[in-house]
Amino acid sequence: MPKIILHSPTGALFTVDAQIGASVMETAVKHGVPGIVAECGGALSCATCHVYIADSFIDLTGQADDFEDEMLDDTASVRKPNSRLSCQIRMTAALDGLEAEIAPEQ
Amino acid sequence: MTLLTNSVTACTGTLIVGAGQAGLQLAVSLRENGYSAPITIAGAEPWGAYQRPPLSKSFLNGDVDEDNLSLRATDFYTENAIDARIGTRIWDIRLAASGRGGEAFTGDGRVLGFEKLALTTGSRPRRLTIPGADLTGVCYLRSIPDATHLRTLLGVAHTVVVIGGGFIGLEAAAAARRRGLDVTLVESYGRLLQRVVAPPVSAFYRGAHDRRGVHFRLGSGVIALHGDERVTGVELSDGTVLPADVVIVGIGVEPRIELAHRLGLTCSRGIVVDESARTSNPTVVAAGDCTVQPHPQHPDTLVSLESVQNAVDQAKVAAATLLGRNRPPTTVPWFWSDQGDLKLQIAGLSTGFDDFVVRGEPDSESFSVLYYRDGHLIAADAVNRPHDFMAVKRALSLGSTIPSEEATNTDFTLKALIRAVDAPLPAGRRP
Repeated sequence: MPKIILHSPTGALFTVDAQIGASVMETAVKHGVPGIVAECGGALSCATCHVYIADSFIDLTGQADDFEDEMLDDTASVRKPNSRLSCQIRMTAALDGLEAEIAPEQ
Repeated sequence: MTLLTNSVTACTGTLIVGAGQAGLQLAVSLRENGYSAPITIAGAEPWGAYQRPPLSKSFLNGDVDEDNLSLRATDFYTENAIDARIGTRIWDIRLAASGRGGEAFTGDGRVLGFEKLALTTGSRPRRLTIPGADLTGVCYLRSIPDATHLRTLLGVAHTVVVIGGGFIGLEAAAAARRRGLDVTLVESYGRLLQRVVAPPVSAFYRGAHDRRGVHFRLGSGVIALHGDERVTGVELSDGTVLPADVVIVGIGVEPRIELAHRLGLTCSRGIVVDESARTSNPTVVAAGDCTVQPHPQHPDTLVSLESVQNAVDQAKVAAATLLGRNRPPTTVPWFWSDQGDLKLQIAGLSTGFDDFVVRGEPDSESFSVLYYRDGHLIAADAVNRPHDFMAVKRALSLGSTIPSEEATNTDFTLKALIRAVDAPLPAGRRP
């Protein structure tokens, strides 16, 4: 199982096992990682699963599509070049060890 | 972390009846707030809390499966000392004469003692009561078995009739069309989504689904379903019989209030709760689809808010109430509906609007409708227009407005048009 490493705004570190095909958001929520709210459950409707992807994984996670791009413009925390909505990133074997920082406000 | 089941023994802990989104959130919020006594969640379904919204969308399309729906891993419950009793239906509850705690009786003959009680019993689909309603091939859409059954039937169906032009009906119609099936939607009102959106949004959805091949019979009642064992047709009030090998019924939900009745709680459609999620018995809280609550801006009116957002936020409030803490800040109600490639996002409650403006061009399939009451922005429906949705949600959470005469100017983003409300707030409106 690929692992996801999430840094919480409080400095805590969470390492969770992901199923291939599950989203980063879904994996974090199932394990109760705090800070990923994900009100809409992955429907790309609420922008409350905002994360900052570690530089080394940016190419592997790809680009936000147009709708996600618009939602990212209005997130509660500042948008950065490495901002993504974690519901839109599906885990693959290549993403094993994916590291991201959870945005401080959702 | 097993709760005492001997009814003679003193009881501890909280019993949450109903293992859906609200029940889970209530348990999570109790733990997050430092509650350390036992927590038991009893749910009649054989699953822990799962997401229902995808059942009429991505699950029906076959894009996600049961595993993806689960809201928490099994380990989460153990690690947080939450005793999740799935497949456990509570059929009766008695409160102690002392006013402190009570006992709940399960379908398999157990007694669960509790000190605090929360009802998160949800709702069930309203059933058709016309002749033929029990025929095979007549489907409802609320639970994993419902959606699994429907998904199987759609895989071999040719002709589908959807009864009900609300969100569930439209989402199901879109899913059936995506499979290339012949789909007719029947709605007794003259327009779609009549209860929840303004006429231009209804007209837009009619046109958009029409372009995608859905046939409509608006203003038509259904008087009978035809067939011997399997459904073969839907008879309308004008005598027309529409052929059908699958019928999908989406005519609303009914809150599950049987236990509330047994407890003598005041119900009006749903369980009546106050803004602190207290029922008419102040020791019992309730949250989610089973409740009706004061409208956030017009507290004299009771509203039922059937949404994930409400289930989650009301559960947080209920947990704070059980712990005697201050209520968390009021949140802006919001909702979404995905119908094929049409993404609707709703911010605020448009009920009682006296004015609205349309921003953008509906024919472009990207537009918004902003709703006003007494000159103040109260809600927006945004179709494929996330910026507008987010801007209105933000304006409402700030207690601000977007002037209606400026809102239609698409040279500006709505975010740039957010203004403070100068006039005094209407009576009863909380800051």
